[in-house]
Amino acid sequence: MSFDMSQFLETFYEESFEGLDIMETELLALDVGEADLETINTIFRAAHSIKGGSGTFGLDDVASFTHVMETLLDEMRDGKRDVTQNAVNILLESVDVLREMLSTLQAEEELDVDRIASVKLKLDNLLAHVSDDDAPAAVAPPTQEPAPIQETVTESPSESSVGWIIDFKPHIDMLQTGNDPVRMFRELDALGELNVTPDTSFLPEFLMMEPENSGLGWMLTLKGNILKSDIEEVFDWVEDECDLTITPMVSSTTAKPVEEIVEAEVISEQEDPTPIPVKEATIEKVEPAAPAPAPVAESVTPAPSDTPAEDKPAAAAKAKRKPATEASSIRVSIDKVDELINMVGELVITQSMLSQLGEGEEFGESEVEKLKNGLMQLERNTREMQENVMRIRMLPISFVFQRFPRLVHDLSGKLDKKIELVLSGESTELDKTVMEKIGDPLVHLIRNSLDHGIETPDVRVAAGKPETGEIHLNAYHEGGNIVIEITDDGAGLNLEKILSKAKTSGLVGENDKLTDEDIADLIFQPGFSTADVVSDVSGRGVGMDVVRRNIRALGGTVDVKTTVGVGSVFTIRLPLTLAILDGQSVVVGDEVYIVPLVSIIESIQVDTSLVNGITGQAQVYRLRDDYIPIVRLYDVFNVKPMYDNIEDGLLVVVEAEGKKVALLVDDLLGQQQVVIKSLETNFKSVEGISGATILGDGTVALILDVSGLIAISKKSKKKVRKTTTSVAA
Amino acid sequence: MAKILAVDDSASMRQMVSFTLKGAGHDVVEAVDGVDALAKAKGATFDLVISDVNMPNMDGITLIKELRTLPAFKFTPMLMLTTESTGDKKQQGKAAGATGWIVKPFNPDQLLATIGKVL
Repeated sequence: MSFDMSQFLETFYEESFEGLDIMETELLALDVGEADLETINTIFRAAHSIKGGSGTFGLDDVASFTHVMETLLDEMRDGKRDVTQNAVNILLESVDVLREMLSTLQAEEELDVDRIASVKLKLDNLLAHVSDDDAPAAVAPPTQEPAPIQETVTESPSESSVGWIIDFKPHIDMLQTGNDPVRMFRELDALGELNVTPDTSFLPEFLMMEPENSGLGWMLTLKGNILKSDIEEVFDWVEDECDLTITPMVSSTTAKPVEEIVEAEVISEQEDPTPIPVKEATIEKVEPAAPAPAPVAESVTPAPSDTPAEDKPAAAAKAKRKPATEASSIRVSIDKVDELINMVGELVITQSMLSQLGEGEEFGESEVEKLKNGLMQLERNTREMQENVMRIRMLPISFVFQRFPRLVHDLSGKLDKKIELVLSGESTELDKTVMEKIGDPLVHLIRNSLDHGIETPDVRVAAGKPETGEIHLNAYHEGGNIVIEITDDGAGLNLEKILSKAKTSGLVGENDKLTDEDIADLIFQPGFSTADVVSDVSGRGVGMDVVRRNIRALGGTVDVKTTVGVGSVFTIRLPLTLAILDGQSVVVGDEVYIVPLVSIIESIQVDTSLVNGITGQAQVYRLRDDYIPIVRLYDVFNVKPMYDNIEDGLLVVVEAEGKKVALLVDDLLGQQQVVIKSLETNFKSVEGISGATILGDGTVALILDVSGLIAISKKSKKKVRKTTTSVAA
Repeated sequence: MAKILAVDDSASMRQMVSFTLKGAGHDVVEAVDGVDALAKAKGATFDLVISDVNMPNMDGITLIKELRTLPAFKFTPMLMLTTESTGDKKQQGKAAGATGWIVKPFNPDQLLATIGKVL
């Protein structure tokens, strides 16, 4: 039987990556010196599974690499080897290499042989260093594992052209491991001509007989040109549970006189009253050797290791077909799926109720009432279903968080700092797409905290702080957003230095008055390298402006709060999902636009006395003590408004990135959830528009990009002022 | 056709074993670890148990030991899937009551050949 092994490869990769993550996490949790046995066991199991799977699925490079790791871990597990920091570091490096190997194999690319060899050498050296004398054997690739068993036993005459005499005496408890002499005889029978003679000399007195014990011995002759190892293989599993001697028949004449009285299938049932617990069915199988040839044909092949080797190219070749499937699959917990199925059930019920209503002859007032109820139910079903479908895309943020312990471990080593990373809120759920994109900005922020935030131990001690710094990574839900906080107890931002740097680079005017918050916010400005400001430890090219840009691209915000000497808090706010949005529909002329509800602060009727035209600036609206620029949407999108007078319209005050504008619209419609359709994929990106959606009546409405509109309002001050005067006049 | 309990914490191995056995016409019940397997074994009978050794919650050796105490599993063939090259695990397994072992890596043919020894 042969089939395509590659069908299991995807599962194998998936679980191997999970296993590697576990290994990494546990390795980092390992206390050098006094390692927790369960932790080592968990790491070992992960390595072991990867090794077993990779060998089976034909990924030999992975198998031989993991084998060395496994041996090392096994020694640690058995207490033969101390857990040193060096060993942990090499193992971590090995985890990296393995991860690379697996993703390379998954993507069907060439393995980086040098890198693999260099890390494997480190492992080998480590293994050879303190290891027992059996290390070289252990380094052998796992495919050869079965071989030693064969070789060690085939020292004595391994061949006999005539046949073999087998003296087989099971120990009394052999049957209790599920081994059955009848099955062994069946196998032997398939090797050659078998004769079985029972030896009843050990049989206890009838009254002493235990039905579950074995009380018989057998003298067997097996004629034919048979390898001794093949016979030994039959008895391989019971080696220690029987007395076994296998001697070659010298020739048929000098062979021990073995009476060929009974046929194999008869003995166990009729000749001897031995209480062997064999089922009738088993005995019947002895004679028809039909099922037996298969196993024997297999085991006749001299080295069993050949067989997997043959399959390897096939499996590898088959694997080529599959494209790299990174992030194309998603794991969903059963209960989420069950809930969905449940909901579909309800939907079906509602649907049948409604269609029943439609089929009725009469359609009176009571039917209208029923129809209304049905529609209400439908609405509820749809909403619940939508929420649940969205939940499928939600994954706990731990998927992102879990890579940070390693990062902190590695970096703090490099920077000679002592840092503890505290994670909380790992189970907070976040849309998969958002999650994939938030990883890099988070890495950047954490590196930043490590590098520039936390001080070196001596500085910390001098400042009266504990030697070990702490970085706290926290996530939680707040409204329709997920908030991620990165808190460090480091030195905080050096505001004076930032300000002076900003002044010299012209970002801030010499006489500008800035609050501390404004100054701290300057680090997000393009061209403002934090490395230049706070320290020169590392001049990584990418600045915080990229972090902010990436987060904004996700519809989120990032800001920083800092206290000198106490530390900084970076706060990221992200929408839970990118696919659905709570929106407020507004009307401008004939068009309907959607304003994201999260950015709306309030909607007001226009009081003309509060509208001010500022010289050189756009028109502003005085809202309490604030002056808010007015953006006329009809002007931005070039549509004809319903009203010419500003007081007939409504102002929707929106906020993005801490800046407010008032959008002038003709009317407000309802609030609704809209499904975002990308404008870029269907058309092209348009300034001030973040996407489109399809409304209930089938028309398309554009979704406003508030931060984009704010940018427009700044850019087109002059234009806005011009039109403003004309309209106001 | 035999009824087989296949125990492995690795989904890919489990799938492979199960697929192979089902392909050969056997009835396969899958379990993800020793605890799961024991729960599935209680009150049921199987013609064969194939179990991985290293598993979380309950390892294969403990599982075999536990199963052997159940009357229905007293003589049931139980095979360990093992990658251990040392005889150590095999001895432990035998002591626990395992019938035999299948050394990983193996291919479907080898698996079928080996279970042919005990079915």
